Amino acid sequence: MERIPILRIGEFLLVTIQVDMHDQMALALQDDLTARIEKTGAKGVLLDISALDMVDSFIGRMIGNISAVSRILSASTVVVGMQPAVAITLVELGLELPGVLTALDAERGMALLRAKLAAEADDAGDAQ
Amino acid sequence: MPVTHSSRQELRSEQDVVRARQVVRKLAQEQGFSLVEQTKLVTASSELARNTLIHGGGGHMDMEVLSKADGHSGIRLRFVDQGPGIADMRLAMTDGWSSGTGLGLGLTGSKRLASEFEIQSTPGKGTCVTIVRWK
Repeated sequence: MERIPILRIGEFLLVTIQVDMHDQMALALQDDLTARIEKTGAKGVLLDISALDMVDSFIGRMIGNISAVSRILSASTVVVGMQPAVAITLVELGLELPGVLTALDAERGMALLRAKLAAEADDAGDAQ
Repeated sequence: MPVTHSSRQELRSEQDVVRARQVVRKLAQEQGFSLVEQTKLVTASSELARNTLIHGGGGHMDMEVLSKADGHSGIRLRFVDQGPGIADMRLAMTDGWSSGTGLGLGLTGSKRLASEFEIQSTPGKGTCVTIVRWK
């Protein structure tokens, strides 16, 4: 089965979904990403969905799961590049992705991840 | 109402669900649907095609292009399976209720995304869901 590549950039993992995923592929991505966070100790995940022309409840659930699991493994996930038509449709479908961080594009998403990491470092410093 | 196009997509595998999305997208583009309208119809078709596969044990999707006398056009999609059917329709049409492991948004969500929605189900015989989206 074709799998979605996961790239490592410093402390972050980058996933760009560029194919129309069938359900098993979405599940495999969820598993692969969880394993990579654990293996690399990555502090953040940038999930680029700008090439997706549709997010249905299954893919929406995958996005929510990735975000929740990464949070438990102390990594933040930012979903970037959602097309406006996809966002409108998701809300009407009834899926508002609570708790999922988003940014308009990859650059802003990366800035958000860096800011979160810096804030966490500050908090850790204050505690000492 | 005149039907100006008619075709069928089998729904026997997850790849068929992806194909269904793609053929619906192509048809909606050809009919001049806006991007948001296309996305709503494609998303609804994905939900219903998955239902046909997972809950109905497979089936097919029929696609038709409708044209009204006033020049309005629409796309009608019909998802048909010969699966176990839906025992409790009221429950099935409740947001967040799922007989499987999903989010329970497939039926209710696609109803919201369509202009018209109709569901017929006979326990032991199968289910037929029809949606229309007008341009």
